[in-house]
Amino acid sequence: MNPSCTAFLALVRKDIAIFLRDRRALVVNVLTPIVVAAFFGFLFGGSGSPDTVSGMPVGIVDLDGSALSKAVVADLAQDQALKTESMPEDRAQQLVKTGKLRAAIVLPAGFGAAAPGALFGRGDKPRVTLVYDPSQSMVRPVVAGLFTQHVMQQLSRALNPGSGMSVPFALANIAASTGPRYNSYAHSFAGMSVQFILFMGIDAGITLLLMREQGMWRRLRAAPLSRGVLLGSRLAATTLIAMLILAVVYLVARIVFGVHIAGSALGFAMVAFAFALLAATTGLMIAALGRSVGATRGVAMFSVLILVMLGGAWVPAFLFPEWLQHASTLAPTRWAVDGLDAMTWRGLPLSAALAPTAVLFGWAVLFALIAVWRFDWEGD
Amino acid sequence: MPNGMHLVADRLQKKFGATAAVTDVSFAAAPGAILGLLGPNGAGKSTTISMLAGLIRPDMGSVKIDGIRLGTGADPTKRRLGLVTQEIALLEDLPARMNLKFFGGLYGLSGRALGLRIAAALQLTSLADRARDPPKEFSGGMRRRLNIACALLHEPQILLLDEPTVGVDPQSRNAIFETIKILAGEGRTLVYTTHYMEEVERLCDRVVVIDHGRVLADNTLAGLLANAHVANRLTLIYDLPPDGAALGEVRLLPGVTQVSLVGSELSVSAADLGTAAPRVLECLAARGFSCQELTSRRANLEDVFLALTGRTLRDA
Repeated sequence: MNPSCTAFLALVRKDIAIFLRDRRALVVNVLTPIVVAAFFGFLFGGSGSPDTVSGMPVGIVDLDGSALSKAVVADLAQDQALKTESMPEDRAQQLVKTGKLRAAIVLPAGFGAAAPGALFGRGDKPRVTLVYDPSQSMVRPVVAGLFTQHVMQQLSRALNPGSGMSVPFALANIAASTGPRYNSYAHSFAGMSVQFILFMGIDAGITLLLMREQGMWRRLRAAPLSRGVLLGSRLAATTLIAMLILAVVYLVARIVFGVHIAGSALGFAMVAFAFALLAATTGLMIAALGRSVGATRGVAMFSVLILVMLGGAWVPAFLFPEWLQHASTLAPTRWAVDGLDAMTWRGLPLSAALAPTAVLFGWAVLFALIAVWRFDWEGD
Repeated sequence: MPNGMHLVADRLQKKFGATAAVTDVSFAAAPGAILGLLGPNGAGKSTTISMLAGLIRPDMGSVKIDGIRLGTGADPTKRRLGLVTQEIALLEDLPARMNLKFFGGLYGLSGRALGLRIAAALQLTSLADRARDPPKEFSGGMRRRLNIACALLHEPQILLLDEPTVGVDPQSRNAIFETIKILAGEGRTLVYTTHYMEEVERLCDRVVVIDHGRVLADNTLAGLLANAHVANRLTLIYDLPPDGAALGEVRLLPGVTQVSLVGSELSVSAADLGTAAPRVLECLAARGFSCQELTSRRANLEDVFLALTGRTLRDA
């Protein structure tokens, strides 16, 4: 074999052997993303069926006691989206404050007498109070909507005995995914894989700085090796390690959490490879731009955390404000997370992997060029 | 190029920004020679080694190995060189054998040929029984020896040793010296940098003294001592210091080059301590001066450096 090829393989083998023998690295890079992704996946809904809705605990305070208010309270109790409990007003407020209830509805005295007239603009509107937990603000419009629906239905029955209004449509719920069904673990595993593989990329860059400090880089350069072999082998080793981490993390995700590659397997491999390359070039760029290990690690970690946050790895990007959803497409991490999502739970075809792959490759090439340009070849 | 020289450094110059690290360094080394590169910290030794190893390109001048100009990067001439760095540059978590396999691989070695060389390197450095253990479990001396073994796998004709004994115990130091002598005996050229003059005196056939990026002297140890006009020294302490007449007689004794008296301490410089010491003692005893204490010190490289620069190696 060509001596340069032998040297290249020796350098790649060395990096992989060191990674596999380093238990701390294995825990940080493989176990941690699995644990964190499992937690986030569970938090955002797990893999349970979206058709199964668990009732939100809501307190009901009926200060009116009229036939109308009783009928509304009974309707609310029948609603599967809610888990109601009647109670005094002060207790309801206390339970919302302490987070035991998501909200409480207070029907005022005189509600039953005033509501029919108020429907047609006659008399004052009765003032219904909705007490809600500010940390669960998404609950407020849901409870308000359901309450309005049930009041309108009961009011129409009271005004037209024997018939009354009902919701004038039947709602068919269809999960908008071509995959088997939405699995929030699929998204959380994509996000956490991206985050921790980028951390591994930082570590690879920091290791190069350490090699300079410890004399290893000097020794490598004493061998008849080109810059291409020295940096290329590092790039190849880090890319392979990133692919290995992705493979193990997604294997666990499939076996334990039911995450499937419902889209194109080739597309998944393309996105994974492009992202692994990006992580490797990120490491090289860090090694080229960094001076001291301590300072470089801090700056690199901060930058990666920002990128990961913008990429929707922690909170899905669709929860971002509209402008941020557009702005975050500048972050390569957004393309990585979206690309992995597209090939897993969204179940999209190969064509959906092309844009994320191209963007990730583009960033990887840019980072590699910066690394080669700024690398201090004569420094120890 | 001097005939028969393995390694020739010719008027090397190197600047880092506005700082001149090496301004004019030239020397040559023959096969089997151990050349000592001696100088204080910051003298330019490491920069010189970096140029000799093809790590950095000289601004001016050249390094030639067997007449071939040395380049940097992937220059195949670098295969003739081995570098033992001052830092212990090892893969601490991998077994010693894997370290050797890795460093052999850097020079394109593999398979049975590499296996044989690994065995030979382990044998030479007395580490064969620890081949499966990682360096992090080794003593400082064993790690230094493995550091040397890693530079030998490709059988370099020239070995550059940059402070290879820093932080090791005397026993390990002796083991390293033995290894170095064996390598020189095999006809390899060794360049040994250190700021420990005792090591240079013990090992090196020839010494290049460097300070402020320049070669101050390049000679054998005997040649340096002779050329720098440094002498061996005899120190005698008397209860009753010798008087002027006695000192005058001592000055006239054969072989004595210098005499000085400070308090009760008499210092006598002489080319040959063995013959001068009895004469001085007899001369003064005959005049009634009885010596209480006598010490002698052979002239060394410290004296040469002092004579060349006006400073001691440790002060520099």
